[in-house]
Amino acid sequence: MVRKKKGRASSDPVTATAVVMVLYITDSGPNSVRAVANLEAICKEHLQGNFRLEIIDVLQYPLRALADGVVVTPSLAKLFPLPAATVVGNLSDKSGVLRALGIVE
Amino acid sequence: MSETKKVVQQYLPKIATGIQGFDELSHGGLPRNRITLLKGGPGSGKTVFALQSLVSAARQRDEPGIFVAFEERPQQIIANAAGFQWDMAALLKRKLFFMDANLSPGVVQSGEFDLRGMLAMLKAKKEQIGARWIVFDGIDVLLTLLQHPKSEIREIYRIRDWLAENEVDAAIFTAKIDGHGTAIANYGFLQFMVDCVIEFESRLECGVALHRVQVTKYRGTAFAKGEYPVSFGAGGMEIAGPEPTEIQQVASSERVSAGFERLDTMLGGGLFRGSSTLITGVPGTSKTTISGKFAEAACRRGERTLFVSFDEGADRIAQNLTSVGIQLKPFVKSGMLRMYSGRTESIAAEDHLVKLKALIAEHRPLCMVIDPLSAIAKAGGLTAARSVANRFIYTAKEQKITVVVTAINEGDQPEAEATDLQISTIADTWIHLSYLIRGGERNRALTIIKSRGTQHSNQVRELILSDAGPVLADVYTAGGEVLMGTLRWEKEDEERAKTIQRRSEFDQKRMALELAEADTHARIKALEHDLKRQRVELATYFSDDQVRVVSASDRQKSLRRIRSADLTGRAAPGAAAPRQKRYGSNGSGTSEKKNKTEARDGS
Repeated sequence: MVRKKKGRASSDPVTATAVVMVLYITDSGPNSVRAVANLEAICKEHLQGNFRLEIIDVLQYPLRALADGVVVTPSLAKLFPLPAATVVGNLSDKSGVLRALGIVE
Repeated sequence: MSETKKVVQQYLPKIATGIQGFDELSHGGLPRNRITLLKGGPGSGKTVFALQSLVSAARQRDEPGIFVAFEERPQQIIANAAGFQWDMAALLKRKLFFMDANLSPGVVQSGEFDLRGMLAMLKAKKEQIGARWIVFDGIDVLLTLLQHPKSEIREIYRIRDWLAENEVDAAIFTAKIDGHGTAIANYGFLQFMVDCVIEFESRLECGVALHRVQVTKYRGTAFAKGEYPVSFGAGGMEIAGPEPTEIQQVASSERVSAGFERLDTMLGGGLFRGSSTLITGVPGTSKTTISGKFAEAACRRGERTLFVSFDEGADRIAQNLTSVGIQLKPFVKSGMLRMYSGRTESIAAEDHLVKLKALIAEHRPLCMVIDPLSAIAKAGGLTAARSVANRFIYTAKEQKITVVVTAINEGDQPEAEATDLQISTIADTWIHLSYLIRGGERNRALTIIKSRGTQHSNQVRELILSDAGPVLADVYTAGGEVLMGTLRWEKEDEERAKTIQRRSEFDQKRMALELAEADTHARIKALEHDLKRQRVELATYFSDDQVRVVSASDRQKSLRRIRSADLTGRAAPGAAAPRQKRYGSNGSGTSEKKNKTEARDGS
């Protein structure tokens, strides 16, 4: 399952400052479900649609996840803007996620 | 035996690690399809054990494996393993997969996570390469990140279920846990959950790190209890497993020279092939010389020989030995003799044993010298050194190598002859070298304290080093004192003088006897002369008598003639006639005899 979520319609150009993220989850595992919900909330509140999120189900694409360097799930990789950052866990600690995403200092 | 084995295999199958010594002490290796926990402090050998098991499974049984590295980077682990002759590069292509499971310090943790994703990835990889073994190295790092004791238990169960589901042949967890405490809340649970726990320990003893391993738990099977020494050689980790309780060595009755003839005589014909000989003595008593002579003699017989020296360069030893007529260099050149010099400071005895075994495997010697073996006790404590010395001698015996080892003992008391290493009890032959100080001289003495299974001299001999090599000389005991050196020379001179005196006395006696004999001869001659004279006299007397008889008869005849008397009927002339005849013939016989006597005297 690869779900792509964008803050705007797919036809809209992403602004230069958009945050690009990949969230690795395991289907409907409790931590994964929580992580998706938590991230969606954060995006809604802080990014105002200015982001691109890819959600990858490791159960479906294990070798891709392995190649991407995923260790545990859920795992959020922020690819852009640099520096890249990784957050592991169900993202319940909001301040940590915000720091990693560069939203707050 | 075979029946027991069958039962064991049925209920608790095991899988060999290929680590020397471990499979013996665990009676077959790790539990199959189960989890083994390796615990111990940092640098105690957990990772090496785990990786070596993977390597040997991949190489020897073609069973690929996955190594999940939580603590160190895979590149780092691979680089560390390059010190062993494992040829990891070849395995990394297909047989060995490293998963970098390091959560770098930059990773932010936000809330709970689990291992569902990781296990999904591992499953995919396992199916891709057909992995049979899996190692989770540094699982304590992972569990610490889980933060909640409940999560720890949950994830451990998750791994266990996953392993069961995926039919992994063997799973190894390594955890940095020392005996005293741990960061893992559910350490007790982890111990309980696994089927086998192996504890590694690294401790400093006299400045040297000593590695030990101990199986503390093994569900449903017997195993050797107790600590076993661990060493690291070129082939990786080696564990000195339990010694076979029964000593099975075939004793050879073949004799090999101990180096020089007189020593062989003292030993009743030489050393037995495959036996071990201990030479003890204080420094400077020629232990090296005698062992060098043994090595040289072995090379001359065409037997491959290994000469291991500690704390002195091989070249220096060979050079020094030429001064006493022992030529080792030509044999080194021809490859017959391998000389190796090892340092002993800061090297654990176990590592020496690994090196010695490697040297034996490389050179395949029939004869071997270690000079001095006692040097291995220099660093790392005596207990370890004793164990190593014993195991070395057993190893050599198993391979039928005739071994001569030397040991230095401090002090020169006879009771101090027993060495610190306690090898004197397992050595077959024990030669002791000492100094005897008498008459202002220090002389070397050689004694055979024991020599198993053979007659040997119980006499002390003086050891003299000459250009032609070591020589043994008789010693004299006079008034309860052993004489050596100058005193011996004096004694020998005295003995020589005595011999000369005895000889001259004998000569004198002989001459006297000869004289007496000559005297007797002379007397016999004189008596013979007397006898001759007497016989002549006697003959003369008879001839006079004859003359008288003849003249008397003549006178009678003349008288008769004158008187014209009848001659017949008269017996007297008839009786006189045979008498006359007899003496006449006897007269000539006497003269013959006389001639004979003269001829004999003349000769």
